[in-house]
Formats: sequence, structure tokens, C-alpha cells
Amino acid sequence: MREAIVEIRNVNLRYFTPESETEALRDVSLSVGEGEFVAIVGQSGCGKSTLLSLIAGILKPTSGEVLVDGAPVTGPSARCGYMLQQDYLFEWRTVLDNVLIGPEILRLDMTRAKERARDVLRRYGLGQFMHHYPHQLSGGMRQRAALARTLCTEPDILLLDEPFSALDFQTRLALADEVWNILKREGKTVILVTHDISEAVAMADRVVVMSRRPGRIKAEHDIAFAANGGNGADGSGRPVPFKARSAPEFPGYFNRIWSELEIHVGD
Amino acid sequence: MSATDTGIVASTGAIESKREPSPLYRQYLRNVRLRRRLILASQFVLLVLFLVAWEVAPRAHWVNPMLTSYPSAIGPTFVSLVGGAGNEGNILDHAWLTLFRSVAGFTLSMALGLGLAVVLWWSGFLQRVLDPFLVVSNALPKIALVPIFYIWLGATNSIYGIAVAIAIFITIIMVYNGFREIDPNKVKLVRTFGASRWQILRMVILPGSVPTMIAALKINVGLALVGVIVGEFQSAKAGLGFLIIYGSQIYQMNMVMTAIVILAVISTVMYLAITLFEMRVLKTRQ
Repeated sequence: MREAIVEIRNVNLRYFTPESETEALRDVSLSVGEGEFVAIVGQSGCGKSTLLSLIAGILKPTSGEVLVDGAPVTGPSARCGYMLQQDYLFEWRTVLDNVLIGPEILRLDMTRAKERARDVLRRYGLGQFMHHYPHQLSGGMRQRAALARTLCTEPDILLLDEPFSALDFQTRLALADEVWNILKREGKTVILVTHDISEAVAMADRVVVMSRRPGRIKAEHDIAFAANGGNGADGSGRPVPFKARSAPEFPGYFNRIWSELEIHVGD
Repeated sequence: MSATDTGIVASTGAIESKREPSPLYRQYLRNVRLRRRLILASQFVLLVLFLVAWEVAPRAHWVNPMLTSYPSAIGPTFVSLVGGAGNEGNILDHAWLTLFRSVAGFTLSMALGLGLAVVLWWSGFLQRVLDPFLVVSNALPKIALVPIFYIWLGATNSIYGIAVAIAIFITIIMVYNGFREIDPNKVKLVRTFGASRWQILRMVILPGSVPTMIAALKINVGLALVGVIVGEFQSAKAGLGFLIIYGSQIYQMNMVMTAIVILAVISTVMYLAITLFEMRVLKTRQ
């Protein structure tokens, strides 16, 4: 087992509104190794996004501990990069200025940050679009700009909250491959939250299944594919997500996770 | 980049192809132009009809000319008022004063309104406490305060006071609601980078509310002008509001109507200036 970089220990989370009390998470424990790609699947409202907010330090658990690098999380830190369901690019800033939001908030050296932002944008194929405004970009380009914004502060841990869910299916498959390659090449630790089982199996080294509210961890699956013609950037020979979808092991994982999610239509 | 790269840079509205327009498209463009011209022509005709009716009705003695004046009398009256023939002074000075007071009035109510909206955003508790007071203050007809303001603030300051009183509450309410309507996920985004409350305000809330602020500004301009004119009715020795009251007291409808026409010109110019400003500022957004 690789050294754990993120550790969640016996976390419970409740929140209150005048109308009701909600138990969002119950006794959740999870450990993620350095450089690992973990996907968390579960139905809407199972608390999987809440889990990401805990790791990012924008929420505090009611009880239990969240550790990053062995130290308790007390607030947002530059070690974690968070990517949301939509790009949420600011329409009043150019693509370049959007990417610089992180460094601006963290008060980093802006000259160096600008250099890095330009470099990242160029690498993601947005070189000619840096001075464009978000509305001039396609959905896939916007989401890549959002990835550039997340990576511009050089986080080690990436928290992806259904980052492809707002895109059409083709773009989604293509972008999953791209993002996967980028993150593997840079050796990032990734926690991906999704309700798309295929996406989880295709991208992750490990899939964590969460139950419905209150969210608990129901099962974990290590995902392994035979190194059949893998050309991914991690050098392990693992097929890229798109290829993984047609690997012989794929349906087995998919079906097992599907049955664990207990999805009943008309429920 | 990977081979899938080109698949993502799919065509967007931003990169249009430049082909020869088809005959059908040209036909469509012609229709669009025609319709636009028809609308403009109709507007012009409506204006002319109004002026003709205003000119003819008193001359034919369908209405008493003493009560309505004539459009053709406006020009000569304007010229004589610029000359300062009577003891009411140069009309341009009056117009300038009213314009200055209105600009000062809406600048003041915009600045104060924006500041108070920020305070309400900052303290949710204060917002909840003050909410009913704001709603009632907004509903109260501020014209009723004119005599009180006159007593409290004196002749000149009461004009600004009433302009601000009329415009400020709606500004606070509009701008604050604009703040609230900003997508919470945009706030969440900057919070994941560890943004402070001040940074959230400066980087998300304020720039994100610019369209709302301009909408508030547009309403403000009209309201401030109302406030200034009403204030001038009560207390001024100068300004278009004074000229209107003075003219009606001495039964000089030519003077009253000329002042009103200039007022219409002033409000149109201010509105156009803001529309121009809006187009410049919002050019990049969609």
C-alpha cells in the first residue's frame, strides 16, 4: 500500500435546517494513497460531494477526523485543487485571468503565476484562446480552462466533483481521456466523485461505492486491467479510459457495482 | 496533446464561417431591415401627429391656448429665456442646475445604496433585522417627506435629500438581491482556493453584479430627476422645477412647456449615456 496522503477517519456529518435534521455521512473512513486515482460512486444525495468539501476544508465534520499528509484539515489549502460540476468561469474575465484566480487569492507571485498559466493553457490547447472571454469557447474548451485554473496553483491532490457531467457524451469521453492523461503524467492524487459507473471504472484505480443517505462506504473495488496495448501516460500499460471501456474486465466491474448501488427505477 | 484534442475544439458560435449569403438569407436580411425602418418611420409619424395636434387644437380654439401653449411657441420662448429678457434668468442656467443636482443625486444614492447593500450582504443578521424597515421605507411615498426635509435640511440640501430618499431604497433592494442571485457555486469555487470574505466580495460578488448595478442606475436616474424637480417645486429659487412653478403662477404656459421640453431632453440624454456605458461594460459578457 502506498503512503496515505488523504485519510478520513470515522467521519460523521449532520446538518440542520429549521425544517429538518439531515444525517449526510455516517462513520465514513477512507484512505487514499499518493498518486492513486480513486472514484467514489453513489446516487444523488448520498453525500459524496460533501466528502470532497470535507477534504477541501470548506466544511467541517460533526465528528471524526480528516487528515491530509497526516495533519488535520483546518481550512482550504493550496495542496488540494477542487474542480466543480460546471466550469464556473467568470464571464467578466478573460480565460487567462480566470486561470489566475487561484494565484490571486493565494497572493502568489503574479509574474511567475502568469508564466505558469500561459504554459498550462498552451499545453491544453488553449494557447490562442487565452485572451478570449469564456462565452467564446466550446463546452470542452471551457472545462479544460477550468482544469487549467485548478492546476495553476500546483495542487498535489485533485478533487473532481462530477467534472464532466455538464458536457455532451462525445466531449465527455474525449475529455476524460485527456484529463486522465494529464493527471497521470503529473502524478497527481485524484479523488473523483461521479454517479456514472462507467466513468468511475474506466478512469480509477479503485472505486468506492457509497450507500444512500446517510452516506456510508458500502464496498471498495480495486480496478485492474490486463496491460493490453495500454498507451496511457502513467506508463503502467493500463488502457486509457476510452479503451478501458471495451476491455474484457469492464462489464464484470460494472455489473458488480451496479448491483451494489441498488438502483430501482421508479423508486 | 492527445489525438482526441481536435474533437473537443468543436465549432462554436464564436468562429463563424464566411460564406456567400444565399438568396434566401439575403431576402431575410432585407425583411429585417424593412421592418426596422417601418418601426422608425412609425415613431416619427407618431411624434409629428402629436406636435400637429398640439399646434392645431389651440389655434382652432378647440382648447384654450392659454392652457396649452403651442409647439411653435417653444423655440421663440427658449430664445427669449436664454436672453434673460424677464426677471426669471437664463433658462440654460436653470437647466444646468437641475442637471447638476440630478447627477449629484443619483451618484449619491447609488454610492450610498451600494455601500449599504454590501453591509447587508456582509451581515446576514443585520439584513434580516432591517428587511421589514427597508420594505416599508421603499413603499412609503417619499414626496410626503418634502416639507419635512425642507425644515430639516434647508432650501438647497433638501433637494438632494429628497432625490436620495426617492432613489436609495430601491437601489439597496435591487443591488442586494443582485448579490443574492449570484451562483453560490462561483462563491464555492473561490472558497476552495481559501478566499477571504473580502476577496469573495471583490472578486465574485461585485463584478458579478455589474449588470444589476447598471439596471439600478437606470432606474435611479429617473427617480433622482423626480426628486430634484419635486424638491425644486418646494424650495428652490432656481432650476427647471422652479421655472415650472413660477411659470404656472404667472400663467406663462410658454415658459412651463419650454422647461418641460428641456426636462425631456435632459432625461433622454442621461438615459442614452447610461445605455452607452452599459454597452461598453457588458460587451464581453453573455
